Amino acid sequence: MAFNSSGGGSYRQQIAQQRLRIITGHLQRPEDDDSAISAVECKAPSSESDASSSEGKTVPRRRHEIMKWNGWGYSDTRFLFNKKGQAEFTGKRYRLSGLIIPGLKDWMEGTFGASVQHKSQATPILNSSSVQPPNLNEAFVEELKSTGVPYSHDAEDRVFRAHGHCLHEIFALREGKIGRVPDMVVWPNCHDDVVKIVELACKHNVCLIPYGGGTSVSSALECPPEETRSIVSLDTSQMNRILWIDEKNLTAHVEAGIVGQDLERLLNESGYCTGHEPDSMEFSSLGGWVATRASGMKKNIYGNIEDLVVHMKMVTPRGVIEKSCQGPRMSTGPDIHHFILGSEGTLGVVTEVTMKIRPMPEYQKYGSVVFPNFEQGVACLREIAKQRCAPASVRLMDNEQFKFGHALKPQVSSIFTSFVDGLKKFYITKFKGFDPNRLCVATLLFEGNRDRVLQHEKQVYDIAAKFGGLAAGEDNGQRGYMLTFVIAYLRDLGMDYYVIGESFETSVPWDRVLDMCRNVKARIVHECKERGVQFPPLSTCRVTQTYDAGACVYFYFAFNYRGLSDPVHVYEQVEHAAREEILASGGSLSHHHGVGKLRKAWMRETISNVGMGMLQSVKDYVDPANIFGNRNLL
Amino acid sequence: MASKPVYSLHRNPMLKKRDDFEDVLEERRSSSDLRYALRCYTPVLYKGMTPSKASMLKSMVLQSDQLHFVMKQVSTETGKAVDDIQEEASAILEEMAHRLQLSTIRFFAYTLTKVFKNLFRSICVNEEGIQRLQQAIQEHPVVLLPSHRSYMDFLLMSYILYTYDLALPVIAAGMDFMGMKVVGEMLRMSGAFFIRRSFGGDKLYWAVFSEYVKTILKNGFAPLEFFLEGTRSRTAKSLTPKLGLLNIVMDPFFKGEVFDVNLVPVSISYERILEESLYARELLGVPKPKESTSGLFKARKVLSEDYGSIHIYFGQPVSVRSLSQGKIDRCQFNLIPRHIPKKPTEEIQGFVNDSAYRLVRAQEENMVLKPWVLLASLLLQNHHQSQASGQRPGLTRDELTQQAAWLRDLSRQYGAFLHWPDHASPSEVVSSSLSLHRGLVKMSEGRIQLAVEQAGGQVNPGEPRTAVTPEEELLNRAVVILSCASYRNQALHVFLRPALLASALHAASSNHKQEVFNSFSFLRNMFSNEFILCPGATVQDFEEACFLLMKTGELQVTEHEVLVTERGQRTLGFLTNMLDPFLQGYQVVCRFLCEEASEALTEKQFIPDVRKFIIKHLLAGRLRYSEVLSSDLQKNALAALLRLGAVQKMKGAQQGTLKVNKVMVNSLEDTLGGKLPTQKAAVARL
Repeated sequence: MAFNSSGGGSYRQQIAQQRLRIITGHLQRPEDDDSAISAVECKAPSSESDASSSEGKTVPRRRHEIMKWNGWGYSDTRFLFNKKGQAEFTGKRYRLSGLIIPGLKDWMEGTFGASVQHKSQATPILNSSSVQPPNLNEAFVEELKSTGVPYSHDAEDRVFRAHGHCLHEIFALREGKIGRVPDMVVWPNCHDDVVKIVELACKHNVCLIPYGGGTSVSSALECPPEETRSIVSLDTSQMNRILWIDEKNLTAHVEAGIVGQDLERLLNESGYCTGHEPDSMEFSSLGGWVATRASGMKKNIYGNIEDLVVHMKMVTPRGVIEKSCQGPRMSTGPDIHHFILGSEGTLGVVTEVTMKIRPMPEYQKYGSVVFPNFEQGVACLREIAKQRCAPASVRLMDNEQFKFGHALKPQVSSIFTSFVDGLKKFYITKFKGFDPNRLCVATLLFEGNRDRVLQHEKQVYDIAAKFGGLAAGEDNGQRGYMLTFVIAYLRDLGMDYYVIGESFETSVPWDRVLDMCRNVKARIVHECKERGVQFPPLSTCRVTQTYDAGACVYFYFAFNYRGLSDPVHVYEQVEHAAREEILASGGSLSHHHGVGKLRKAWMRETISNVGMGMLQSVKDYVDPANIFGNRNLL
Repeated sequence: MASKPVYSLHRNPMLKKRDDFEDVLEERRSSSDLRYALRCYTPVLYKGMTPSKASMLKSMVLQSDQLHFVMKQVSTETGKAVDDIQEEASAILEEMAHRLQLSTIRFFAYTLTKVFKNLFRSICVNEEGIQRLQQAIQEHPVVLLPSHRSYMDFLLMSYILYTYDLALPVIAAGMDFMGMKVVGEMLRMSGAFFIRRSFGGDKLYWAVFSEYVKTILKNGFAPLEFFLEGTRSRTAKSLTPKLGLLNIVMDPFFKGEVFDVNLVPVSISYERILEESLYARELLGVPKPKESTSGLFKARKVLSEDYGSIHIYFGQPVSVRSLSQGKIDRCQFNLIPRHIPKKPTEEIQGFVNDSAYRLVRAQEENMVLKPWVLLASLLLQNHHQSQASGQRPGLTRDELTQQAAWLRDLSRQYGAFLHWPDHASPSEVVSSSLSLHRGLVKMSEGRIQLAVEQAGGQVNPGEPRTAVTPEEELLNRAVVILSCASYRNQALHVFLRPALLASALHAASSNHKQEVFNSFSFLRNMFSNEFILCPGATVQDFEEACFLLMKTGELQVTEHEVLVTERGQRTLGFLTNMLDPFLQGYQVVCRFLCEEASEALTEKQFIPDVRKFIIKHLLAGRLRYSEVLSSDLQKNALAALLRLGAVQKMKGAQQGTLKVNKVMVNSLEDTLGGKLPTQKAAVARL
């Protein structure tokens, strides 16, 4: 890379700062923390020195101290309707934090028939007495103590690790209903700790459930209710160091418990990035990405997790599995990495990963394009994929999501901005004749060398123009990406007012994208009606990734559940029907969320009997006693 | 909700709830026809689409992936240039495509109003059905499936939809109409598109045709309309459904190209059919006049008579999605590009077939029956009985009225959709029915009977009467009998299942339930080309028949036995008599094949030969029922024998000849005649 040697460093740092602000919406923290990157000896820290070792890291052992126990994200950050009845986003962490969102109330009332008058309050604090007392394996605990690995059987710790973020999981927590939870939580500090824990678990027949960021949306973290053994949640959050960076090969060796924002921030400080940015990157962990075959928003440049991993170590009941070298590609039989990628915690714990890194991009530019309708938008994305000129990220929202994004515009401070907005709206709807109820918008993110970005940008906008697309400015694009992190908080607001919902994803060949989107959206509406949902649901989708042979599509589905006796059940039935429709329309079972326990029922038809047999025989060999007993996948 | 599509067509007949009718002609008689024809017409369309120009539709078809694929395929197979094939495709499309024009519709709206007001007392439509249809059109692509009894059917359909401000349908019509130059083009401009009757091997034709239909459907440009029965039923019985078009319209749903397709069965019933004696003659082998414009004008005489009323019942929309739920795995289409034509799998063929039968059953069930239908049944039976016993033919007015009232009650209990005016006395109803059909009945010595002798004079009114041979006389009589039978046939579906049971009881050697069932199952299987009997529903039909006869106290069904009660004799007699002509007919066909069929009997020669054979038997008095002369029955019998393997079509050198398994045909004949017990039906047991 030809960097300007004189100013390059500071420029890079400048960019790093900007990225920190814009994308990850991170914690406020001291700037002078330079001890983060070092090859730290794996030491079992005494509990006293605990605080210092976790300094600068997002995730403390006691997660509930900074995160909600029954909702998404940080405790200090949430949407609420203030005394004036206006929507407001609290906290200081995000760009939207502290701002008023004037359109949200009307949107919620208009879309769901929800009302600010009708609140459905969550149970504010966890009632420890509703948590089953831990079923401890005394011998295991005894021996664990001698290893010095920290552990806990506090109710808060256990409840926090008993769930992901599926609707039914959060709904139950809000109602104060606690099901089967892990009996204890352990925090290994390094690979060797994990080896010890797994050995002990095998010796004493204890069930282990690896826990990374806890952002699963596939019921993967749910404890199987039929499990009678003691369940130990293995929280990898303290294994969060970058062990080394290899600038010659552009790789970094990282402990698998690190969460996305920390990994990016620490690498940025050295002028690198992984470019792996799943929507959950604030909280999801490297190990979790590997275990679920995660996909990042900028995969067009950097690749998905399977493209990024060069080497990894997993501790299994049979021992440690890893490759002997770091060759970029090998022809040595089926790639053993692919037994690990997507294994969803059923085979072992991923402890360390060597992954590709890239110098931080010199230049970033957002953009957006408005299309007269969704069909044109999809046709444009298809053409972009065909010409293989997709920007780092391109996402196409349908009309409902466009309106939703609109409703989330924060209050504008100057009259001038609102005047310009009005003018834009007039231009698009009146002058260009776009139907406001049909138009849709694509958001773009370009990255790389400045000249090349500008050239690339022109190419993409030229293609868009052929499909009737109009450039709609950087702000709209940037806001779209910023909302990615904020949107998850919105579900909690909905739940405060009788609205429940969730998103789910799939991948589908290009020629079926439109048919599938239409059918699935229609199926959702149809099923809601069938099941007595009183208000029309929000049923919307967006195309979030493009590939040579197809695209990834996200569906958002939410409805007002007033008048329903068992809303979660209705929700699950509708989601089930929607998944059936996806499969019938040529979509896949999952693009990157994984299977967990939520989508297990479709695995056999998805990968065939023989495929199931193959996976089963791997499981039987690697983990005959089902120590990793979360019962995902198979 | 009224608009909700039905999920199950099978219901208890007594629970059937039907809508009320409105007469659309009533308003026409009191206000201006011209204003009606020119009124503002703004139908709602599927998802608010605007109707497309015919030219746009054509270019969409020609540019479709599917057609491109097939054109390339044909090009490699034949060595012709793709451009030439494209030209061919374009020509096919030109020949096929509709050119719907509002002005033509307005023209028809005006002229048809005039004609209809002359011909019919009323045209009644269930308005709730119209409302359901309107709803359905907005939600999903709609396919209208009317019954087909007359040329009038599709003009009538478009007329009704225009009247109710609904989107005008695009109608699949047989190519035979194209013979009529002016009319053909008029029909084209009122929304008809024309398909060749057979194009078995022509890949390109098939591709153009199916893509044309799918494009109309997928884009919701207009409701599609076609006749499941494929052609007009000359006997007024529903015909075995044809599956080609139904397959095509279901395909976009299976492939996920549309969310759902609504199929709307429509039942059109005529109190008096315009083509009445025309059909009878056609069935008797007087070749049907080729459809020509001049021929239609000759039919003008027809236009001055009273044809009573028409009832049009728009049934519940049937959602293909719910129909196929759990039966079709749509994932099967995931692994091949959807534009590559693929023969439907057996699973799909079976499903389409089942659905087609259910839809035709739905048409049947909503067919309005007029009192005359019952009278025709009674008079026909009387005619045959008196012929056999040598009694004086006919019934006194009182007898007929009394019997009609009995049959009215019986048919209602069986769930018939009978329009019997309750405000008039039964004798008034009878009189008015008789007067409308005075061509078929006569009053002689105070007895009402079929006008069998009179018919001779009507055959060729213009020509001098020549000496009538016994054969000609027989055929003349048969015209009346067949015309009359076509009315009786309208009610057959109501009595069919009980009648099969009654005949089975008659034929079975004991009252043992299993034996009766075996016999029932044999008859049902034998007649499944003759009547609409849903495939695989033998047990269900048997139970329905038992239920109906038990409910009315005619039968006692215990665990092992089926017993006829004292009061059941009359009904069972009536029911057996109803089916008897068919039983006899099938036996005669079997006898013909055993006795007369030569080695070289061709399929083509079958009808003329069997007809000669039957005429011989009728003249010799060995056969009572002249309706056995119906070529429809003869064809159905042959189809059944082919299906059962008793007759085989030869391939190769002797193509077209029929090979008869005489032993099997003989044993089938004996079983039909009750001389042989039914073979153990191993297939289905109760």
